[in-house]
Amino acid sequence: MNTLNIEPNLKDFDAFYEVLIDSHRDLTTAQSHEMNSKLVLMLANHIGDMNVLRDAMQRARATIS
Amino acid sequence: MRAVAIRFGRFHTNKRAVLNSGSLATALTCPVGHPGANLRPRSLAGCERVIECKVLNSIDVNYQTQEFPYKRSADQDATTPVRHAVVIVGAGPVGLALAIDLAQRGTKVLVLDDDYRLSTGSRAICFAKRTLEIFDTLGIGDRAVEKGVSWNLGKVFLRDELLYTFNLLPEPAHKRPAFINLQQYYVEGFLNDRARELPNIESRWRNRIVGVENNESGVTLTIETPEGAYKIVADYCIACDGSRSPIRGLIGEESKGQVFKDRFLIADVKMSAPFPTERWFWFDPPFHPNQSVLLHKQPDDVWRIDFQLGWDADPEEEKKPERVMPRVQALLGKDTEFTLEWVSVYTFACTRMRKFRFGRLLFAGDSAHGVSPFGARGANSGIQDANNLGWKLDEVLKGIAHEKLLDSYCAEREFAADENIMNSTRSTDFITPKSEVSRLFRDAALSLAKDHPFARRIVNSGRLSLPSSYPGSSLNTPDEDDWNGGVKPGAPALDAPVSVDGASAWLIDQLASDFTVITLGTASEMVFCDRGLSIVANALASNEWIARYDAQPGTTYLFRPDKHVAARWRAFDGAKVRAAIARARARTGEH
Repeated sequence: MNTLNIEPNLKDFDAFYEVLIDSHRDLTTAQSHEMNSKLVLMLANHIGDMNVLRDAMQRARATIS
Repeated sequence: MRAVAIRFGRFHTNKRAVLNSGSLATALTCPVGHPGANLRPRSLAGCERVIECKVLNSIDVNYQTQEFPYKRSADQDATTPVRHAVVIVGAGPVGLALAIDLAQRGTKVLVLDDDYRLSTGSRAICFAKRTLEIFDTLGIGDRAVEKGVSWNLGKVFLRDELLYTFNLLPEPAHKRPAFINLQQYYVEGFLNDRARELPNIESRWRNRIVGVENNESGVTLTIETPEGAYKIVADYCIACDGSRSPIRGLIGEESKGQVFKDRFLIADVKMSAPFPTERWFWFDPPFHPNQSVLLHKQPDDVWRIDFQLGWDADPEEEKKPERVMPRVQALLGKDTEFTLEWVSVYTFACTRMRKFRFGRLLFAGDSAHGVSPFGARGANSGIQDANNLGWKLDEVLKGIAHEKLLDSYCAEREFAADENIMNSTRSTDFITPKSEVSRLFRDAALSLAKDHPFARRIVNSGRLSLPSSYPGSSLNTPDEDDWNGGVKPGAPALDAPVSVDGASAWLIDQLASDFTVITLGTASEMVFCDRGLSIVANALASNEWIARYDAQPGTTYLFRPDKHVAARWRAFDGAKVRAAIARARARTGEH
């Protein structure tokens, strides 16, 4: 059963982070929430593995205090 | 390659030839007294004659105004309560379907109803393919399909834009369409006409249950009538008395679950409109902003429109024509003329009883479980309840099956109810988001759907009723051979075009009201002979049958009387077939 890969899996994290923040530029918070929702749906479909997705959701949820 | 179907059981099936000869048909008269009716034999269930009454001048009976007078029964004058094998409470679609099924099998049924009329208002309107296949066995399939509006396509709109189209029956060559739309009063009317043809059914109107005493020896019912109360005893009592089931209350049980905080307006309007016969669902349309709307065509130029109103809407206010008319006019445009047929405001809940069997008292249909209307899973699942219970109760009463077979009704139909509730809850959560973030994701999916095919699969305007499979049922004989698809044990029969004695036919019609074996072999292999066994069809094989059932030479399927697969093998083996039938009759371990 596949689980979420929590080891580094991108070549250039600084570049990724810059692109992520840039992609939200000039959006209101509401618009950013909308965009994030769409990103979640798109990436979930791309990952295409329910176990990985469930693992990711559980891990993310566990960090919310 | 030839396939052979054989039927097991108690009935002789050679009546087919007699009826198909046409000589008997001319001697039949319309059992419900339609003037000028043209009767023709339609199909067979066991050795019962199932006849179709087709009114030539096609004047419809107004089933909403039909009345059934109270009549005094001899039971009311008996000194001790009279005993009945089966008492069905509730002459709705589920109760009538079960009564007909049992009566056709030769079991006497008493049907009690607290009213003297059938359904008022169109109510359930979508009847699924599987329900139509069951209607075929009850003798009303052709009437329902001829009167109903057949449809396979659904369209989903966001605002004024088409998001996507879905086809509920993408595979051609099935006898019945994915759905027909037909007002509930027609379905009840057709079922009731059929019930009145059957001498095994006695219906008592204005007989209201006011007391239930349920113990090991039987169910004693206290019945209130216009002439006072009386008692009867039932070997088995089936409560098909609807979502507010009085019997459920009388035994101190509840149907529990989730109530949804939303209100919907149903407006049935009569008009001639150019919309195609498809299911149209709008999210946030310009004519009804921020809410959803569903449009469906019914027979007689009647259109069903469901408007989502939100939880704060006042149900009494919203029912008033001056509130309804502008909403409808906004959808249709100001130049379209229409009249209101029926208006209702509803909320809904997904609920079920903790179990459907209490000894000799069983629950079926809305009394046992309730769902939201998105998905057409209410009436359709109730008809499947009846279909599941009919043969089991009949075989238990006749001593053919073990009494614990009735527990499998609960196991299978509770499982189906949970599946329906799950699907219905998911649809409702999408249509009526319960939180801000739920709405955020819902709107994100809708917004992506037009250009992103994957997001269309998230959009949920109702997952429409599919027949339930019972993969974990104790009645199934697990596969012991290798299969690449086909129809698994527990699944309902999949229809396919077949050839019977050189004539085109449907597989679904070849399955008897008893156990049926279909094998892709030759008749000479059918050397074992069980009681009541006969060969009713030769040369069934068709490419579609072979593909849909993953059939190879020797492939053998055993179907239950409710047309679910009980077992399948790669080669025919009489001993295995017999063992599988015993298992499906809850008789495993007795041999």
